[in-house]
Formats: sequence, structure tokens, C-alpha cells
Amino acid sequence: MDSSRRKFLKIAGISAVAGIGAPSALNMLMKNEVRASSEGAGHGAQTDAHGAAAGHGAAPTGKRYGMVIDTVKFHDNPGLAEKCIEACHSYFNVPDFGNKKDEIKWIWQEPFTNAFPGDESHYKKDDRTHAMQFMVLCNHCDNPPCVRACPTKATFKNADGIIMMDFHRCIGCRFCMAACPYGSRSFNWRDPRGSKDGVPFIKKINPEFPTRMRGVVEKCSFCDLRVKQGLQPLCVEATGDTKAMVFGDLNDPNSEISQVLKARFTIQRKPSLGTMPSVFYII
Amino acid sequence: MYNKGTIIPGLIIFVVLMLFAIFNNAGTKVEAPKVEKPVGYKECVKPVQYMKESHMELLNVWRDEVIREGKREKVEAGGVLYDKSLQNGCMHCHTSKKKFCDVCHEFASVYPYCWDCHVAPQEDVAMKEAR
Repeated sequence: MDSSRRKFLKIAGISAVAGIGAPSALNMLMKNEVRASSEGAGHGAQTDAHGAAAGHGAAPTGKRYGMVIDTVKFHDNPGLAEKCIEACHSYFNVPDFGNKKDEIKWIWQEPFTNAFPGDESHYKKDDRTHAMQFMVLCNHCDNPPCVRACPTKATFKNADGIIMMDFHRCIGCRFCMAACPYGSRSFNWRDPRGSKDGVPFIKKINPEFPTRMRGVVEKCSFCDLRVKQGLQPLCVEATGDTKAMVFGDLNDPNSEISQVLKARFTIQRKPSLGTMPSVFYII
Repeated sequence: MYNKGTIIPGLIIFVVLMLFAIFNNAGTKVEAPKVEKPVGYKECVKPVQYMKESHMELLNVWRDEVIREGKREKVEAGGVLYDKSLQNGCMHCHTSKKKFCDVCHEFASVYPYCWDCHVAPQEDVAMKEAR
């Protein structure tokens, strides 16, 4: 009797240990598999295509569109920035709610301290820099935090390295707005089709592009629909011959933008965050 | 069974009430909605029967192809190229949302939210003129 009780306890103990241990061991194995496969299918594959341009990984194969903004030329041509903004916002039916809190912006201007915070290496910058306004827009990052934050994949990186918004899928959770370190995303707190005091929020609706509805996040799309047709983005087109904005494929060493980047010293917004912005500034 | 006297007549009244709509409309012929056909265009991008049944699926496929995959090449119908787009493609020929989309949707009591964002062509003004 004694020995059989002893045996029973042994077996019970071993089964208990096995019972507790086996699922967690299995879980660990499963997790490893999942992590490996998600890396392959998701961001890993994209970094293969685009990541190399930012300085590591294999040679770049896909396209990665980028932009150089010559802030000096914008400074020398007063009114040019407003022209760019108007060209963009009127085509894409960007509403003007008339108050700063609800503001929707695809491309806009910021002073140096807002556009490049943390870059004040010394506390006395020249007066010109402080007086200047800088064109800012979505940076179409190579490592976009908004894409990672989006729970519905409404925002994603397309094959040309452009960070796209699929308004159909946006549920308005605004995680992307919290994730974006550049404030490039705006939320439609109100219905853009509405009006205030008889003045419609969209002055003249462009019938070629949809508006948005209430509860959707929007941002610059690098004019992906025009780029696909071989055209320049609207803001770049609006700068005309001034060459204040240069748009092109960063992965193509012969493109105009690559030549400009090679010839001129440029800075990016908040490079230390590792988002690898595709918009560069000549200061 | 308690309260037989009230439950059974109550049930009968309930069933009759629920089925009243069916009996009332039985035999009456319902006119199918008549949508306005585009003027000057003979062929759609897909056969008419397919469009009647599955235009919403085609729109979803177009949406995913255009936005997600960047496949913006045009589709051909009867020698004319059309954008894969609701407001720039479909509405290019079907110039009236009221006389085309809404007629059927209201008949079938479906209310898709396409037009919350997409811009319907101005009524009675062709897309070409709007541009």
C-alpha cells in the first residue's frame, strides 16, 4: 500500500509538472514562429525594398519618392508657399473649418523651432532662420510609425514608398496621429461638407477628388495619383521654375533629387527618431 | 393551460397582424425601378447583368486595386477608356446619381455610404462640363 501511494504521488507530480510546463513550452515555440513569419510578410519585406536607401540593408530595388524643399527660395519668393498650399488644398477638397483646433492641413508652414525642434544646437540662431517659415508636410517616412500604429491598415506604405491613406478603412481611432511625430495628420472633427454661417468649409468642391466624412484622418498623399501618371505633385508644380521644391525617386542615383541631395547640404525633421523622413530641407 | 381564453386569441391576432403585409400585397404587381440609361454610350465595362447584380463588388475591387496596389490603368468598354473610379469613371456616363443610383437603392432600401465622401456629379450637368 505504501509503495503504491508513493508511486501514485510520483506520477501525479510528474504529470502536474508536465501539464503546467508543456503549454508554456509550446507557446514559446509558437510565438517564435509567429514573430518570424510576421517579420517576413510585414515590415521586413518593405525594408528589403526601401530600407536600403536609408543606409543599411540590401541594395535598393523599389522606388522611394522623396522631396527636397529649398527654404531659401521660399523665403525669397513671398507668396510662393501660399500658392503651393492653395494648389494642394483646393484640389484635394481640404476643408477650412475656420478655427485652429479643428484645422485640417496637408501642407502648411511652421517656424524653425516648430519644424525642427531639438535642433537648436546653440541658443543663438541667426535672425534669418528665426524669421523664416518652413513648408512642412507628411514626410513619407521610410520607417513610418503611423503605419505601425494603424489597427485597420487604413494607412500603409505603397510600392513607391508613399504612405497612403485608405479613407474607406479609417475608423477614426487617431492612433496614427498620436504616432506621427510631425503632426502631419489631421482629424475631421466635423463634417467637411458642412458650413458655418452660410460659408461652406470647402469653398469649391473639386469633382475629381472625393471629400472626407466626419471621423476620418487625412494627410498628404504625395499626389500618388499624379505621380502614377508621371506628373509632379501639385505643390511642386505650383513652385514652377523656381525649383523651390524638387520631387523624385531617392533610389534612382540619376534622378534630379538625388543630384540635388548630392550637391547640397540638407537636413530632415527629427532624424534622431529613426523614422527616416523622405522630405529634405535646404536651409 | 392557464388563461387559454386570452392567449390563443392573442396569438391568432398576433400572427394575422404579422402576416397582414404579405397577404395584403399578394398578387399585386410591383413595378421594377426604371433607371436612366446614359445617352450616347452603349457598352458598360462589364455585362449589364453583372453590373446589376455585382457592381458593388466591382467597385470594391477597383478601390483596392487603385489605392492599395496602385493599379490605376484604365478599363476599356466599347473602345472608350474609363478611369477605375466611381466619381470619375461610372459617373462619367451615368451623369445623374438621382436618376441612376438612387432609383434602385431606394427601391431595394439599401443606403450605401459612397456619397458621404465621393462627390456626385451636379445634377443635369455632364461631368465634362463640370470639369
